[in-house]
Amino acid sequence: MIPERKEIKQELSDDLFLPLQNPSSNAEMIAKPSISYWKDAWMRLSGNKLSMAGLVMLVLLVLMAIFGPLLTPYSYDHQVLTEGNLPPSSEHWFGTDNLGRDMFTRTWNGARISLFVGFMAAIIDFIIGVAYGGFSGYKGGRTDNFMMRIIEILYGLPYLLMVILLMVVMGPGLFTIIIALTVTGWVGMARIVRGQVLQLKNAEHVLASRTFGARAGRVIRKNLLPNTMGPIIVQMTLTVPTAIFAEAFLSFLGLGVQAPVASWGVMANDGLSVILSGHWWRLFFPAFFISLTMFAFNVLGDGLQDALDPKLRK
Amino acid sequence: MAKYIVNRLFAMVITLWIIVTITFFLMHAVPGSPFNQERNTSEAVQQNLEAHYHLDEPVFIQYAIYIKSLATLDFGPSIKQSSTSVNEMIGRGFPVSAELGITSLLIAIISGIILGIMAALRHNGAIDYMAMTFAVIGISVPNFIMATLLIQQLAVTWEIFPVATWASPMHMILPSIALATGPMAIIARLTRSSMIEVLNQDYIMTARAKGMTTFQIVTKHALRNALLPVITILGTLVAGVLTGSFVIEKIFAIPGMGKYFINGINDRDYPVIMGTTVFYSAFLIMMLFIVDIAYGILDPRIKLHKRGE
Repeated sequence: MIPERKEIKQELSDDLFLPLQNPSSNAEMIAKPSISYWKDAWMRLSGNKLSMAGLVMLVLLVLMAIFGPLLTPYSYDHQVLTEGNLPPSSEHWFGTDNLGRDMFTRTWNGARISLFVGFMAAIIDFIIGVAYGGFSGYKGGRTDNFMMRIIEILYGLPYLLMVILLMVVMGPGLFTIIIALTVTGWVGMARIVRGQVLQLKNAEHVLASRTFGARAGRVIRKNLLPNTMGPIIVQMTLTVPTAIFAEAFLSFLGLGVQAPVASWGVMANDGLSVILSGHWWRLFFPAFFISLTMFAFNVLGDGLQDALDPKLRK
Repeated sequence: MAKYIVNRLFAMVITLWIIVTITFFLMHAVPGSPFNQERNTSEAVQQNLEAHYHLDEPVFIQYAIYIKSLATLDFGPSIKQSSTSVNEMIGRGFPVSAELGITSLLIAIISGIILGIMAALRHNGAIDYMAMTFAVIGISVPNFIMATLLIQQLAVTWEIFPVATWASPMHMILPSIALATGPMAIIARLTRSSMIEVLNQDYIMTARAKGMTTFQIVTKHALRNALLPVITILGTLVAGVLTGSFVIEKIFAIPGMGKYFINGINDRDYPVIMGTTVFYSAFLIMMLFIVDIAYGILDPRIKLHKRGE
């Protein structure tokens, strides 16, 4: 049986038969639109929910550290002895301590100190580590060998033990903490930068730059550093929580900042001594925010590690 | 191998000497003599005291005396507690601290590895997420806060465990757990990531094709390779447990070395600070050395004498 033939009727408009516009310009173009390294990293980071949560938490923590103490009518060292150890209320959102100081104000004032210590330690580590590691890796040979020997010895020193010793010598205080943390802390950064520079320094673009007569400083700044920024940023995000933890640890041992200024570590230490009398809020708030900060930095660091690793780039 | 070990031993002695020197001169850079804050002593008594501890000699002579006594493993007397020597303090404190440290390391290693393996076997499953959430929390919560939470819940509210001190195995549980959570979390994460990598390799597929059970694959083929990265960080973990023990011993009132060290710091008792620091450092350097050797034995692909090049 032959099926009944349908009449095919198709309208063919004239514009289907126009010549291609400018056929030569992008006929060869088969690539995706090019994405820069940073854009690509950002895309991968923003796909990681946990890391983005960490980033949001950090932004909030920093904002609260800046504006938190301004939200209350109290100052961090204003004592009202008749209002000691009050539990959280609409009056004092996080309660008060034994001297009647507002815990909310003190907590965010403590955030300023803890975050300041963390960021300063990371920045100073970055400066020393990049200068030392970059120079050592770039020079190579004997200089590198000698500089790495020094690093090896410093790396063998027990970090917190040395920090404690330095604090004993320099006396407690905010700046001595930062100095003590960075004197021993830059070594890790220097090792990373040196390793990266060693790998990169014979790459074509570096050789080209040197052929054109660029000096060591320029090559390190313009050619090598931008390509090592990934591992450096990851290292920095992990330095900040380490420094915050070290500060809390030192304050806990009584080597931290001095009263009436209080960091989270000092407040947690004070809170610990009264935990058995039921004043839970004195320990809970500083402890909670130390942990939250550490958590945020750690998950952000993990995400960055994945996002900035060129091996994982699709 | 032998050449490597000799080189390493030599480097260890140098590092230790540098630590001793740094510690010594740091302690002597502190202004004032340890006897200044004491109740008013007469000039003569002060001089006698300083002479007894060689504090009236030039710094370099003191340094030579200190090095000489260290060479015979004598850490000198404590200045504040004149009846005890630093050696006695270490002798009394170290066994307790070692007990605490070893217990928590064992807890951390065993539970960390098990947690990591479970997470890797159920990669991206519910167990994986739960284990990793647990691990991130373990890394984020400082051990002194963990210790307080444990005391508050398990010792005060529920009264399962004693609150503090160091008398029976029951007393050991809370401090060991508090000290172990951080290292355990690190080990769990590391085991998980290296285990996932190993499980995706071809030889694991071969083993599976042979019909081996998951348990056999993990224990016979995967674990040995997956644990190598864990061994590399063991040295750092020992250092972490060691410094962590300062606060844990303080919170739980445990009479370990950390207590003497912290008391030494609070009293500015310099021989005690120096002695314990040197002892701790020597111990740590030894541990790092042992870890490196163990690594070379467990992974034949590593050529020890080529490391660090």
